[in-house]
Amino acid sequence: MEAAAGGLCGSGPPLLLSEGEQQCYSELFARCAGASGGGPGPGPPEAARAAPGAATAAAGPVADLFRASQLPAETLHQITELCGAKRVGYFGPTQFYVALKLIAAAQSGLPVRIESIKCELPLPRFMMSKTDAEIRFGNTAELHGTKVQIPYLITEKNTFKRIDDEDKQQETQSPSMSPLASPPSSPPHYQRVPLSHGYSKLRSSTEQMHSAPYEARQPLVQPEGPSTGGPGAKPPRHQASLIRSFSVERELQDNSTSYPDEPWRITEEQREYYVNQFRSLQPDPSSFISGSVAKNFFTKSKLSIPELSYIWELSDADCDGALTLPEFCAAFHLIVARKNGYPLPEGLPPTLQPEYLQAAFPKPKWECALFDSYSESIPANQQPRDLNRMEKLSIKDMADFPVPTQDVTGDDKQALKSATDEALPKDMSEDSATPKDSNSLKARPRSRSYSSTSIEEAMKRGEDPPTPPPRPQKTHSRASSLDLNKVFQPSVPASKSGLLPPPPALPPRPCPSQSEQASEAEVHPQLNRAPSQAAESSPTKKEIPYSQPPSKPIRRKFRPENQATENQEPSTTVGGPASVATVKPHPAVQKQSSKQKKAIQTAIRKNKEANAVLARLNSELQQQLKVLGVELSTPFQSSPDIP
Amino acid sequence: MAVCVAVIAKENYPLYIRSIPTENELKFHYMVHTSLDVVDEKISAMGKALVDQRELYLGLLYPTEDYKVYGYVTNSKVKFVMVVDSSNTALRDNEIRSMFRKLHNSYTDVMCNPFYNPGDRIQSRAFDGMVTSMMIQVC
Repeated sequence: MEAAAGGLCGSGPPLLLSEGEQQCYSELFARCAGASGGGPGPGPPEAARAAPGAATAAAGPVADLFRASQLPAETLHQITELCGAKRVGYFGPTQFYVALKLIAAAQSGLPVRIESIKCELPLPRFMMSKTDAEIRFGNTAELHGTKVQIPYLITEKNTFKRIDDEDKQQETQSPSMSPLASPPSSPPHYQRVPLSHGYSKLRSSTEQMHSAPYEARQPLVQPEGPSTGGPGAKPPRHQASLIRSFSVERELQDNSTSYPDEPWRITEEQREYYVNQFRSLQPDPSSFISGSVAKNFFTKSKLSIPELSYIWELSDADCDGALTLPEFCAAFHLIVARKNGYPLPEGLPPTLQPEYLQAAFPKPKWECALFDSYSESIPANQQPRDLNRMEKLSIKDMADFPVPTQDVTGDDKQALKSATDEALPKDMSEDSATPKDSNSLKARPRSRSYSSTSIEEAMKRGEDPPTPPPRPQKTHSRASSLDLNKVFQPSVPASKSGLLPPPPALPPRPCPSQSEQASEAEVHPQLNRAPSQAAESSPTKKEIPYSQPPSKPIRRKFRPENQATENQEPSTTVGGPASVATVKPHPAVQKQSSKQKKAIQTAIRKNKEANAVLARLNSELQQQLKVLGVELSTPFQSSPDIP
Repeated sequence: MAVCVAVIAKENYPLYIRSIPTENELKFHYMVHTSLDVVDEKISAMGKALVDQRELYLGLLYPTEDYKVYGYVTNSKVKFVMVVDSSNTALRDNEIRSMFRKLHNSYTDVMCNPFYNPGDRIQSRAFDGMVTSMMIQVC
């Protein structure tokens, strides 16, 4: 139904607005007006006529909106002139609507004339940037701060009706908020408008004054307007509703860097919201949300499981089955976008990459101007080695502010790390980490970072080198078979009984003949040193009758005896004092030489043994020979007992 | 390289099967199916000792005139079967092993997704992409 010109003052030309147009314009106006800081237009256009100080749309948002229409600036100037804003100095509803109509005309190719607006025109199209929309919306949200209990369980894009119903209920519930609003005569189903409406929809739901007048005129219409009003409009709308549902009032950040056609950028408000949600799931913003927790949470969004699975795939950059804060934000954002009708991208958009998300929001999320300035003062040094310094500084300065500290230092690190390579999954978790925690976070082993574990193991191994084998005791060396301690002890008594234990046998190293000679040569100097008489008499003792075969026990008896103990085998005496002599003076230093000497001595001993045996044999044989010789000489005098 | 790649679950039903020449797919499906017997044979032969010591890569399962079938089994008895063209003589054992390793890693990534229920068909696009990269080199 075509209502009379909405909000036309008498000065302006009669403006015929179609339903769709009315809806659209009212939403837009609400948005712009809300941004102005005052209340929205208080009520029906009739009331607007009556109330001069009524709704005015602030020039700023209006200008933004007009610019978003992508008309040349000239045209926009013309439009503003024509609509009368310049004349009256402000954008009232009248002017605003005229302007919008003119924009529509211009976009349709019609000349910008008052006459143009008299005919039916399509709705003006606005290429909204998300951030712009967010700003405006955020303003209203902040200013009004009404708690619109729009549940998070927003349905699919095709079911806006449900949302509308909710809004409807809210509006009907809060008529008191709009004193100027005439009771709605028609259900306020004006939410189904193209994206530019998205903002005002929710705003309208809160700003009852706004909604009421238009409700009268606007029946249930769902214009399938061009959805070019900025893809970002929907997510911010959704986000805004959610934000309001949590009744968070925050400073609107002048973040109006308009990225054209960037549905994948997360604005400040969205980010704050995501972070709050993260905290509700996981109190520590620096750690992870496990897969199952995240699954339950995201399943509430009523997206299909394959879609959720794909979103997870996109957002879990390091594929560890858990979400860090940036990953969580990315996943949330993708879900929101999907719910608002955006097809999921093939790959994670660059603005949703975790490192980008960390770097893109260097400001602290908590209102702390002090730290704002601090973070700005930190040079935008992209080198990670400054990170430690930053951390120390931040630790000192922010000792009193644990919560903002986390954020600022985390953000500082983000700024620093914005240029670092992407393969730093650990850094994601430092988003809001305290400086002290960040170090530990860096060291936190991840499921795929094998290198860290191996390094730790290597370090552990390095710390405990294997204990060296125990040093050999100061016993006799390998070659030596003498237990010289025992050898020396009973030297004084020098009993002939030979109570000493037998020494182990040693293999003679040098060849016997040489050893004999060498041993003899060595023995002499050793003998010179030896205090024993036995040593002196040893050469003589060699001539001792070899009748007594040298035996080991007898030989051993000789060794400990330093004093002259005759009727001992020469070899043993030689070996004994010689060995004693050698070992006594320089046991440690001349180990090797003593080894050799001992070997030689043993060789000497054995040779002398053999000598003795052979000598004995010789003597026997000679005796026999004598006998035989006698017999030969006396052939027939042989005794019968000759063998 | 690979002409057909299949991921078989523990209960011997396919979680993912894809072959490059989209005609004659049935032939590859049959080949994979018959190769499962060989896989089981190899597992049981090696599995007398500790399961952990078992080598994951099973090697050539059986050759046919045109194709060779390679197998790989994980510790959770999920089997990867790969059919390669026999004319591709340049393929060495190491390459096959690396392909299986990539498959295994991608499969682990799929598993990490909490929205993936073990036993479902694998619908991950990342996994698809990885398999495509392995197979695309034939043409």
